[in-house]
Amino acid sequence: MSDSLDQIFISAKHWILSLLSGLPDWVAPIISSLINIGALLGVFLTLFAAISVLERKILGRMQNRYGPNRVGPFGLFQPLADGIKMLIKEDVVPARADKVVHFLAPILVAAAAILALGVIPYGRNMTPFAIDGGILFFFAVGSTTELAVFMAGWGSNNKFSMLGAMRAIAQMVSYELPLILTTLPVVMIVGALSPDAIVAAQDGYSLGVLPHWFVTTPWGAAAFVLFFVSGLVESNRTPFDVPEGESEIVAGHMTEYSGFKYATFFMAEYFGMFAISGLAVTLFLGGWHSPIAALNFIPSYFWFFLKLSALLFVYIWVRGTLPRTRVDQIMNFAWKFMLPMAFTLIVAAAVWHYEGRGLAGWLWSLAVIALVYLALSRLLDTRRKFARRTYRFAE
Amino acid sequence: MNSVAFLVIAIITLAGALAAATLPRLIHAALSLVVAFVGVAASFFLLGAEFVGLVQVFVYVGAVAVLIVFTILLTRREVIGERGVNWGGAIVALAVFGGLLWTIFKTKSLALPAPQIEPLTVKQIGETLMTNYVWPLQCVGLVLTAALIGALVLVMEEKR
Repeated sequence: MSDSLDQIFISAKHWILSLLSGLPDWVAPIISSLINIGALLGVFLTLFAAISVLERKILGRMQNRYGPNRVGPFGLFQPLADGIKMLIKEDVVPARADKVVHFLAPILVAAAAILALGVIPYGRNMTPFAIDGGILFFFAVGSTTELAVFMAGWGSNNKFSMLGAMRAIAQMVSYELPLILTTLPVVMIVGALSPDAIVAAQDGYSLGVLPHWFVTTPWGAAAFVLFFVSGLVESNRTPFDVPEGESEIVAGHMTEYSGFKYATFFMAEYFGMFAISGLAVTLFLGGWHSPIAALNFIPSYFWFFLKLSALLFVYIWVRGTLPRTRVDQIMNFAWKFMLPMAFTLIVAAAVWHYEGRGLAGWLWSLAVIALVYLALSRLLDTRRKFARRTYRFAE
Repeated sequence: MNSVAFLVIAIITLAGALAAATLPRLIHAALSLVVAFVGVAASFFLLGAEFVGLVQVFVYVGAVAVLIVFTILLTRREVIGERGVNWGGAIVALAVFGGLLWTIFKTKSLALPAPQIEPLTVKQIGETLMTNYVWPLQCVGLVLTAALIGALVLVMEEKR
């Protein structure tokens, strides 16, 4: 029973494909891909609608106010109202804008985000496009976002747009490095670039309650934190949202977009957030495996989306908590702290592996990370440079 | 099926390359070049060289294109002039193309039937890189590190 529930979507897809058995051979793969694409878009557009209203609700709760509560019960139909509003708004294109580039930018951003979602395993046998170099595909597609952001900034022919785009690209390029380097330990330990293999490597439990997720090892936990922070930057979320700091540069590269194009940017940002969180779940939180062996009867996709929702909640939580950082702080943090730590984690993972992946390896790996962390925090401590502050008042 | 895909990819790649060579605004040319890069990556995919295709997108679209675009943006004022056809360049390009084509058609290996090759997995590539080609790999790493440090030295403010 639990098995059939687990594979219910796969069975449904096979059933649809079996209806088409009379057609020529080349039709089946295309239909199969189309079903995957449809399911992916359906699920994530729903999630996008849900998270957009939940985010405002949770932020409202954190800031001691109501949040949206006018449309439907508890304001749950708010996304519908927002969608209609966005669709019927006027699409304003600046007269001096580069029309073609301006038009293509939101499409490219959205396409990159959706493509990245395609390689993540959402459940047992539920990877929409299982390719051998899935992790590489994810980052390759993600790196095209920078170009799209540039197109948005340059095509708008507006100094705020251009400045916002340059800020966004600068921080995305800087944090791409720690983002990729923190996935390296996992790839090293598993010995494969395919997300399915990485999830499979995290199967199994010690004593039936301690899952073999990579986040339970010291290097895995540290890599997860670094990955999450880099993910915050890559999706331009608070506290790293200087590209759209509204007090300085209006809305950054999205300044000259309105109506549905703006909505597309907004959607792409959330899709990017889903993709990065999904990859974090895959790499460190065991993918679709359940936390304890006794709960294996619950379908795999449920666990995946539970973990994804937990991460998304943290995103919202961080947004409700932290103020915006400065550009130079972001850059310094990337190059002086994130990068050395990411390199350390590669060593720590190697130590863990060669000490037999047991308790000894666990402790040694922790020691390596702690040593480098302490050394870095001593080196980067700028407080020592300050002298006692003396105040001179106007006399 | 494959030949249709190849035709579509080839047309897109060539159109991108042609646009890159002829469009009057440099940024447009750079962005069209990206289309050509993606087209090349797609043909790698079609040939079953998945890893090379992904690296093509990763390096050329993610890094080289951004570099080109920023170089154009930061180094010159927008000049929208006619980029007139450079006939000398066109003749040289045609001559090189013709020469290459002639050489390729003269080789005997063209007549051999293509052997059945298993698509390489990323793991095989990694193992080869780490065993047979470990010294070239290290040398490339050294060169890139030197380039990185050199770039840093160039842009570092001189302390007076």
